[in-house]
Amino acid sequence: MSLASSVASTPAPRVGVASHPWVRFGLRRLGRLLVSLWVLVTASFLMIHLIPGDPVRAALGPTAPASLVAARRAEMGLDDPLLVQYWHYLQHLFTGDLGTSMISQLPVSQIVSQRLPATLQLALLAFAVAIAAAVPLGVAMGVLTRRGHGRRTELAFTTSSVVVGIVPDFLLGVGLVYVFGVSLGWLPVAGDATPSAYVLPVLSLAIGPAAILSRIIRVEMVTILEADFVRTARAKRLPARTIYLGHALPNALTASLTLGGLLLSAMVAGTVLVENVFAWPGLGSTIVSSILNKDYQVVQAIVLVYGVGVLLVNTLVDVALALIDPRSTIRED
Amino acid sequence: MTTEGGLRFEDVTVRYGATTAVDGVSLTVPPGQVVGLVGESGSGKSTLARAAVGLAPVCAGRITLDGRPVPTRGRRRPLQMVFQDPYSSLDPRMRIGDSIAEALPPGRSRAERRAEVERLLELVHLDPGRAAVLPALLSGGQRQRVALARALAADPQVVIADEITSALDVSIQGAVLNLVRELQRELGLSLLFISHNLAVVRYVASHVAVMHDGAIVEEGPAHRVLTDPCHDYTRELLAAVPGSTAPDRPRRTP
Amino acid sequence: MWRRWRGVLRTPLGLGAAALTAAVLVLAVVAPMLWTDDANAVDTGNILAGASGEHWAGTDNLGRDILYRTLVATRLSVELAVAATAIAVLAGLVLGTAGFVLGRRSSRLVSATINIAVAFPGILLALFFAVIFGVGATGAVFAIGLAGAPVFGRLTQTLVAGVAARDFISAARIAGVGRLRILVRHVLPNIAEPLVVNATIGAGGALLSFAGLSFLGLGVQQPDYDWGRLLFDGVGSIYVNPAAALAPGAAVLLAGLAFNLLGESIAKALGVGVVGGIPALGPAPVSLAAEDAPVEPAGHDGTDLVLDVRDLEVTFPGARGPIRPVRGVSFGVRRGEAVGVVGESGSGKSLTALAVSRLVGEPGRVEASRLELLGHDLRARDSRAQRRLLGTSLTMVFQDPMTSFNPTRRMGGQLAEVARHHQGMDRRAALARAVDRLRAVRIGDPERRAHQYPHEFSGGMRQRAMIGMGLMGSPALIVADEPTTALDVTVQQQVLDLLATIRAADDVALVLISHDVTVVGEVCDRVLVMYAGRIVEDLPAADLAGSARHPYTRALVAAVPDMDTDLDQPLAVIPGRPVDPADVPPGCAYAARCPLATARCRAEDPPLESDGTGRRVACWHAGEPIAVEIADREEVEV
Repeated sequence: MSLASSVASTPAPRVGVASHPWVRFGLRRLGRLLVSLWVLVTASFLMIHLIPGDPVRAALGPTAPASLVAARRAEMGLDDPLLVQYWHYLQHLFTGDLGTSMISQLPVSQIVSQRLPATLQLALLAFAVAIAAAVPLGVAMGVLTRRGHGRRTELAFTTSSVVVGIVPDFLLGVGLVYVFGVSLGWLPVAGDATPSAYVLPVLSLAIGPAAILSRIIRVEMVTILEADFVRTARAKRLPARTIYLGHALPNALTASLTLGGLLLSAMVAGTVLVENVFAWPGLGSTIVSSILNKDYQVVQAIVLVYGVGVLLVNTLVDVALALIDPRSTIRED
Repeated sequence: MTTEGGLRFEDVTVRYGATTAVDGVSLTVPPGQVVGLVGESGSGKSTLARAAVGLAPVCAGRITLDGRPVPTRGRRRPLQMVFQDPYSSLDPRMRIGDSIAEALPPGRSRAERRAEVERLLELVHLDPGRAAVLPALLSGGQRQRVALARALAADPQVVIADEITSALDVSIQGAVLNLVRELQRELGLSLLFISHNLAVVRYVASHVAVMHDGAIVEEGPAHRVLTDPCHDYTRELLAAVPGSTAPDRPRRTP
Repeated sequence: MWRRWRGVLRTPLGLGAAALTAAVLVLAVVAPMLWTDDANAVDTGNILAGASGEHWAGTDNLGRDILYRTLVATRLSVELAVAATAIAVLAGLVLGTAGFVLGRRSSRLVSATINIAVAFPGILLALFFAVIFGVGATGAVFAIGLAGAPVFGRLTQTLVAGVAARDFISAARIAGVGRLRILVRHVLPNIAEPLVVNATIGAGGALLSFAGLSFLGLGVQQPDYDWGRLLFDGVGSIYVNPAAALAPGAAVLLAGLAFNLLGESIAKALGVGVVGGIPALGPAPVSLAAEDAPVEPAGHDGTDLVLDVRDLEVTFPGARGPIRPVRGVSFGVRRGEAVGVVGESGSGKSLTALAVSRLVGEPGRVEASRLELLGHDLRARDSRAQRRLLGTSLTMVFQDPMTSFNPTRRMGGQLAEVARHHQGMDRRAALARAVDRLRAVRIGDPERRAHQYPHEFSGGMRQRAMIGMGLMGSPALIVADEPTTALDVTVQQQVLDLLATIRAADDVALVLISHDVTVVGEVCDRVLVMYAGRIVEDLPAADLAGSARHPYTRALVAAVPDMDTDLDQPLAVIPGRPVDPADVPPGCAYAARCPLATARCRAEDPPLESDGTGRRVACWHAGEPIAVEIADREEVEV
């Protein structure tokens, strides 16, 4: 128990640059990122090959002449051995060539680069709104409902944040469209032409995660305010502000970030649904129409882009975690 | 200490990744004897115990029981272990009688098993009528008695006791130590008794081995090791025992 | 066990969620039987009509009634969600338990796979699988099920790992029980509850995800319809008939909420509720003067008292009336004196220390007729001056050096903070002082160490740094609560030696709280023995071994073996259990365990009385010989 743990953490003497905890953390994190990327790329490659039947026939429809299908297959290299195709796929990826849409005949990279900015804007804004709302709310609620205080506040906050957190973004979007678009007519409900058009999509994407995140932060805050080191801080007779913001908050944030990271990456994917509610000209509406049109080259590329976005968010969260809490650099050893 | 029987560790080494937890340890627990193994946290004493019962990988050396390798497969297990934390060592969802019965060697009728469980509970001074009770209703000391009974159920040749009193309140620790001594005498049990507490080991063991940094630094009859230590580390340990009046450290007076 | 499950229904939220879930399930069974024909009836005269008395939620583009369609869609929606959840849970169980059954190497591979998969959000995985399995209900079931599998796999894996680390699994393995059998008999029963809870929540999630996929047009296809499909059709005409979108939207939201909230309520009811451990938080109000009778602390002249405590009581609200873990404690500590406080867990010794240092948190209440540090009344309201006095003159050392430092901040900063807040030093000066104090507590290379984080210190070093932090001011009193319990014996010795040196150098008083009679006997001048929230004996440490007068003190000393214990005698045993602070018997609290107890002991609580030599004892039979040695055979723990 505690006897065993006191020595387990004794720093072992290590030498050389590669042994510095930060370097080793960086290498390990990079390694994980690369492995995840490889899995992602391979999965997106395999996706087309796992579809039952001929993807070209599916895309061109049953009425297309067999010669056209055969020509298109040859053009895409679908008749080569799988490993050769895989190799070509990787080569093309490195040169930024994502293939050609089977429906519109446009280069997929062009479609993606046209659509990506709108999605990025939406996701980043929603991130910012969610975090800016969740952190102060969670901290304040944590302090207000720390041991024995504010039972009613706690019940009201917990219940409402659970309920709000459950509402999926697209339903929230439909609700917001009805209230602010249809009934009140205050805000536009489609497109991204004006700044006011951003309000509803960003809100429907941000509100749910913000509710969940603030709930997590509150719970962590309450837990941390009971920790031994907070008692130590009190024994030092520090002012309350220093105890809450200087000692408790960084620890509450590290504990929340792990789950918060998952929420943030879920927001990246959440754009798919929200864009479809608001006819947002981004990747999300494109991927759905492409799936329905069986335009698999485009689907493949967009899945890849979303996956990379998620991996980037995860990596950023891990780095933030390491910056706040130095222990996390050695935790996984 | 060179008899053929008993539990023998021969040059045992255990590694976890780059760290060597146990480094070439040789130790014998002769039949019917209690060997105390003392050391501080991280000295490798618990790892040695876990290696003996197959819970830690042995990298080099061998561990034998009466000259044969300790079986770590199959139902017959002549080496048993009692753990430190009585709140973790019993399945909270299993009646204590079933926990004990699970360790019984196979091939008995239901009635025989029940009778055997009752006999074991009585042996550790628990009411046999409480076999159907869940662990949550027992105190720490009572749980540790159940754990002892479960270890004895397997009809072991040797029992390893790993810090079995260090999680207990002082008033209960004495009762468990008394029970261990009584069982040892009545059943002629062989025991490897692991503890960081020298006074406790002194009370229970006839032989003592001192472990430090994965190696055994001193070993011998308890009386000799604890009164006339040869190794510096043993001396340091003895001097650190609170209330001890070791000559090299004058008692503080204000 | 069933009582705990029934607890779900006792909260309004749980009751509501359970009722709602039941209603959804009943509707899923009944609705298609009753209203399928109404739902499919085409009314060409009423195409895309708004809400009316005839069609409460309007009609769709074929004039079919939206409300009936929403009700009938309950079955398909719930069926699909349950099927997807079942796939997710089963696949998750296989993934999560594979490592346990197959052994170390395979378990690494499986958990690496799960780790990568779980990083991708469910909706993205669902889209990926939806492409592979094709657009339609069956494809969507597999897509959502498999998309949920990594999360359940991770959950199962974590739960299994938690159970597998416990000793009873090791014990079963040592007893020769096979891995699969252990999984079935020991592991699964212990993880079943959290799995059921999460599966319930998962069903809610699956319901909403399904609606999402159908809403995108990738799920259920016409002529079938679930709520998501109705929503998809309804949104297109939201300006014409909002109810066509709102009715299925409300249905899916209600059903999703029902499953989710039911799961959350079950989790709350089964999990460890908010039970009252007694941790320390911000200063609880100390009530003023219960009585102002100028009672001198027994045996002291009261001139050089660093700490003066009279009639100290600590009260916590309990389920059945207030609990008083400390029940009237009076003692004084003189300059340079070392006072030990011993007792078993629950004796109130740590709480006494916290109360004295004004660290008992709400909802605890501290009352005393006198509580003075260096002559200043600590019962006064929290003020800047009082904080400075406590921050610089009183030092606390806590039990667990692992957790008593802030893990996210450098050691030097944590020490310097004290000087900056209470002594007004600037950053640089405070840090220099911190380095100096680390050196004073014999930490080698203090400049480098000050820049390190707590986890880079060993346990003993951390405890010394904690003492060093107390030396940032100029303490008159050190209160150490089990400072060496978590440390090895040799390290313990270093820490005790350090405390002794500081004491000798600056005439600092020490209050040492410990369960270990031998430690207290070695370090302290005077010992207070506590039992059930009271001091039962106050005696010189030197008298502990030979001439203690309270039977509890004597038993406590005899029960612990030391290096001189007679090996031929069984150890003394204290029968029974310590007193529960919530249930203190009348009379002497120790009577039930005491060999000397008489009828008077059980009726009347003996006061703590001085014998004129500075010793105090609370016992009607103090010093009487204990004739009968309690034999081990008769020892009963109930």
